Amino acid sequence: MSEKVLMKGNEAIGEAAIRANCKCFFGYPITPQTEVAAYMAKKMPTIGRVFLQAESEIAAINMIYGAAGTGVRCMTSSSSPGISLKAEGISYIAGAELPCVIINIVRGGPGLGGIQPAQSDYFQATKGGAHGDFHMPVYAPSSVQEMVDYIQEAFDVADAYRTPVMIMGDGMLGQMMEPVEFKELKSERVLPEKTWAANGRMGREHHNVINSLFLKTEALEEHNNHLGRKYDAIKKNEVKYELMNTEDAELILVAYGTTARICKNVIKLAKEKGVNLGLIRPITLWPYPQEAFDLTIGNTKHGYLAVEMSMGQMVEDVRLSVEGRKPVHFYGRSGGMIPTPDEILVKAMEIVGGNK
Amino acid sequence: MEVKDRPILFKPTKGMLDVPTHYCPGCTHGVIHRLIGEVMEELDIIDKTIGVAPVGCSVLAYDYFACDMFEAAHGRAPAVATGIKRANPDKIVFTYQGDGDLAAIGTAEGVHAAARGEQIVTIFVNNCIYGMTGGQMAPTTLPGQKTETSPYGRDVATAGYPIRFSEMLAQLDGSYYIERVSVDKVAGVAKTKKAIKKAFQNAIDGKGFNMVEVLSICPTNWGLNTEESLNWLRESMIPYYPLGVKKDLSKEEAK
Amino acid sequence: MPKVVFREDRCKSCGQCVIACPVNIIGFTDRLNEKGYRPAGIPAELMEKCIGCTSCGRMCPDLVITVYK
Repeated sequence: MSEKVLMKGNEAIGEAAIRANCKCFFGYPITPQTEVAAYMAKKMPTIGRVFLQAESEIAAINMIYGAAGTGVRCMTSSSSPGISLKAEGISYIAGAELPCVIINIVRGGPGLGGIQPAQSDYFQATKGGAHGDFHMPVYAPSSVQEMVDYIQEAFDVADAYRTPVMIMGDGMLGQMMEPVEFKELKSERVLPEKTWAANGRMGREHHNVINSLFLKTEALEEHNNHLGRKYDAIKKNEVKYELMNTEDAELILVAYGTTARICKNVIKLAKEKGVNLGLIRPITLWPYPQEAFDLTIGNTKHGYLAVEMSMGQMVEDVRLSVEGRKPVHFYGRSGGMIPTPDEILVKAMEIVGGNK
Repeated sequence: MEVKDRPILFKPTKGMLDVPTHYCPGCTHGVIHRLIGEVMEELDIIDKTIGVAPVGCSVLAYDYFACDMFEAAHGRAPAVATGIKRANPDKIVFTYQGDGDLAAIGTAEGVHAAARGEQIVTIFVNNCIYGMTGGQMAPTTLPGQKTETSPYGRDVATAGYPIRFSEMLAQLDGSYYIERVSVDKVAGVAKTKKAIKKAFQNAIDGKGFNMVEVLSICPTNWGLNTEESLNWLRESMIPYYPLGVKKDLSKEEAK
Repeated sequence: MPKVVFREDRCKSCGQCVIACPVNIIGFTDRLNEKGYRPAGIPAELMEKCIGCTSCGRMCPDLVITVYK
């Protein structure tokens, strides 16, 4: 029975990665996730593992490509503008089918934006985020404990499917301190041996090549089909979400991460006013939990209210999942403004009360 | 005696896969690849070497070397090599890069791998032009040299001056061994092989950062035949890019 | 005397070996290989002039040449 420790989100990320056997960390300072790099800088050398501060986020993701291509567990961490810099590298990693974990502690954008929390990287994370046909699993924890739990999961999913995996938190999750338990996580997965790794022939009959270039059109099409089959399998097996109070809700909130926590409070406040609100909390943003909408579509009179710290990104996936069957509404704040339970409740009451 | 039973003075190296290459006739990529292959074979490290190919004419180098290979994004090879080496300290890691890959888009990655003293080898193939995309100006293109994007000749007033990358990296304390060589003649090829062998031996001995800059020809995009290209290298490139050792910390250590 | 063997199907007719040979015995044959190149070669009667320096092999970019003692 492990004990609970009080830890800052960013540091808990580092500790969780270490316990998941992350052998290499390559990163670069950027607010609000620099503490991840600082924690790894301190810990990794003491346990014979690799920490290197790269010269840029571009260099860091390419170091990840290198280490991952030799079959070694590795992780990088950044925030929004740094994730943009990594886009090319992420596409290459997806194309070459390399496992790795990428942490994005989201801040306001676009451009240099701000340093306060946001959820405005949803499109970037879930729609591929770089050139070419690819996806990566994206986990959206909503507590420091979840961040820790899903990091172990992320490394295993990365290895099981040979894919980059993103854990997307926001500045709040990165900075807040919460009690955390590092459980002995027992994975049911059987992880395949990395016979594809280019870590030196060492007597192997043929050489291994880590590559995403397929100049022959038939070969590239087959490669894309192969990736597509992989993404289908991930969609089938790896969707995660939480439903709260959706059995006969008048309106169902849809929110993830920090915003979902706030929405849980909104449900309590609404109940006090005699209004029944529910919540769909996607935990995997990709694959998106479309089934949660199929499950709840019959119950909700007024449809869904997507709440995000953005100008409205996830709401598009809500609309796609709802397919016009019920109304879809949106409430958002941006710039680092965190919506309060009261203002969300006002919007919900407008929808429910005003009979829209 | 049957020919095939006679002692061999020279033969294709095991360090290369026995496949035809896509390089143009006369292109010295083939020569430089072969030298790396021979060095790997002679140092008996084919099995523990991992190479990183660039974007450029030699993008398909991963299909030609016998060792494990990576294809890297344009310019990023030194960062990829850093990740490989840091994760696998017992392996020998090299990058193979052209002038666009290292001296343009990859400048930061090249400089920082050197600054960190990464225990890798970078083979820098300098032919003063961007070959693969059809002959555009490179950071190493000479003043006055005509290319597709400097059709009136490189004008230093607008396009600036070429970069002597070896001299630049030699400034860094992290650089261990840097030499510029040329494959324009047999003696040059011999010197090039010696430099590459020295660089790989350094990597085996845990020393870094090592770079061999190889002045190379591009007959197709220079619009010259093989012989004319070799002459142009000698007459125009070598005066701007002097051959020789730019850094050798082993000499310091010997003292 | 040394003997140089050319793998004609690999030769791209680039002429590096022709330029490199110190005794000028390498030329282009009158055959065309599958790729349409005229492979390099040493006429039989000139082979005895070969000094086994292996310069040809060292300048060849295409793994065409093997030199026997």
